[in-house]
Amino acid sequence: MTGPSLLSAEAVERVYRLGREVEVHALRGVSFTVDRGDYVAIMGSSGSGKSTLLNLLGALDRPTAGHVRYDGRDVADMGDPELAELRNRRIGFVFQSFHLLPRLTALDNVALPLVYRGGTPRSRRQAALEALTAVGLADRLDHRPGELSGGQQQRVAIARALVTDPALLLADEPTGNLDTATGDDIMELLEQLQADHGTALVVITHEAQIARRADRTIELRDGLLVPEVPA
Amino acid sequence: MSAREAIRVALQALLSNRLRSALTTLGVLIGVMSVVLLVSIGQGARTEITGAIEGLGSNLLFVLPGDGDFGSGPSRSRFIADDIERIDRQLPGEQPRVAGSAVGAESLQADGQRFNATVQAVTAGYTSVLDRELGRGQPFTESDVVTSRRTAVLGATTAEELFAGQDPIGRQFSIGGIQFRVVGVLTRIGGEASPFGPDQDRTVLVPVTTGQRLFGTDRIDSIFVRASSTETIEVDRSTTERVLGERLDEDEFSVVSQDEIIGVVGDILSILTTVLGAIAGISLLVGGVGVSNIMLVSVSERTREIGLRKALGARTRDITVQFLLEAVALTVLGGVIGLGLGIGGAALVAEFAPVPAEVTWWSIALALGTSVAVGIIFGVLPARRAGQLDPVEALRRD
Repeated sequence: MTGPSLLSAEAVERVYRLGREVEVHALRGVSFTVDRGDYVAIMGSSGSGKSTLLNLLGALDRPTAGHVRYDGRDVADMGDPELAELRNRRIGFVFQSFHLLPRLTALDNVALPLVYRGGTPRSRRQAALEALTAVGLADRLDHRPGELSGGQQQRVAIARALVTDPALLLADEPTGNLDTATGDDIMELLEQLQADHGTALVVITHEAQIARRADRTIELRDGLLVPEVPA
Repeated sequence: MSAREAIRVALQALLSNRLRSALTTLGVLIGVMSVVLLVSIGQGARTEITGAIEGLGSNLLFVLPGDGDFGSGPSRSRFIADDIERIDRQLPGEQPRVAGSAVGAESLQADGQRFNATVQAVTAGYTSVLDRELGRGQPFTESDVVTSRRTAVLGATTAEELFAGQDPIGRQFSIGGIQFRVVGVLTRIGGEASPFGPDQDRTVLVPVTTGQRLFGTDRIDSIFVRASSTETIEVDRSTTERVLGERLDEDEFSVVSQDEIIGVVGDILSILTTVLGAIAGISLLVGGVGVSNIMLVSVSERTREIGLRKALGARTRDITVQFLLEAVALTVLGGVIGLGLGIGGAALVAEFAPVPAEVTWWSIALALGTSVAVGIIFGVLPARRAGQLDPVEALRRD
């Protein structure tokens, strides 16, 4: 292994303070690494701390103790503009509930991350068009989210994550709002993109069936890792 | 995010909620409209009144009772007719250069026609000193004054009201039951009653001696001195002050020039305009609070959008600017439409109402500047709140 890992978590803890007295230890010291091209599933039941971990990995939140590093740089050392740039350039988010903006067309939704990056509207449209084509929605460019099925909406969201050519796809229960068949299609799409682009894929799920598809599974229980089991 | 992009996003958000945007804009619109309209009415009044004073001629000095402090309220006059003659004797050149008047309101009657007018008891030189022209007949003479003759010169409106369509010269009418004979009619000068004199077309001039007897007094309310030129006005002022000072205390009279009156009246009207503008400004403030309120609602409704944008790479600054631009776009839109309606309203007022209205460039600049400022001031709070939203909270699964 040369150079630092794409993403590393070192003894990460996250404590939430609820009121003056009550403290919730959502994560109690979690360590693992994700390298370029890895396919990792983070599995855990509700309350295991996986949402907290997702926020930390996505650079949306900072750990109470421990370190989250991207390319060897500690997220805690970054200011707001740097965090924003990290999320924009290195990470592609896929959410359970898609999080598309209802008033924008599929094409504009996909182009949204590029707005925070500069470039001409023309070049953004071109890139969005290519991403939508890659997820098989070239014929739905001008549809709004309300006019698309759940599976199609998640494809638009994946295209949006892909359009910035990120190093890491971070998918949070990507099949949680979809039926099994559609969910399988979405997983296949994510896996295919991971393989084609050499992107690391981290899937957060509570379903063992989804987790089994990954090369590696990290299981969370009560804020701690259950020793890793190779797939 | 580029400025052009930010503006596009802001407009898109406003257009997606058209009714709400329109209603929010309305508050600012009404505020800007009232500022423009009321300020233009105040400005118009100022122009009209100072114009009326200027119409009296720039070489005129006014002798008024009191120490000349407009803030101290009206003072009782201690002038008498003899003061006028004594001043006139001391001034060089062709006489009369000094005139005086005492004013009262009386009911007039002629051939069954009643009319309430301002009766001015004036010295014989009044019309020549104040440059009033007669359309018909003659002014009364020194001998009319000396013998307290019951002759009168009518203002144009007074003549029309009492003797509709007929030649009033030589006709009789009564003031407070006493018969007078019309010897002359003044030409119409137009204009309104001003802060320092009655409507000059709704007046009756009578010899000062006759008038004082009518009012039961021997006082003179004001004295007018015509300087021979603008250069000699200060010499004539000190002569007048010296003569009056022989008989009266320094704080019982003041000699002021037309410029000074315009200055003081102008100041008062500026204050009036400012107060009107400030009152209208309050409605603008209320409009601004409305913008703030709606923007806060919008921020909490769009929590998810904000969280998502942050996850996709928006900086705190990008989000703040986006919401600030939305607020400013709302207020500027209101400002531009309000400005248009204010100018239109001012034109209507000038056309149909007795109050004049005058739109000035600075009231336009003020309206637009204020609407931008209102947008920024009242947009900052919601915009900062949007920018500082925690993306974790904003994206929390429900």
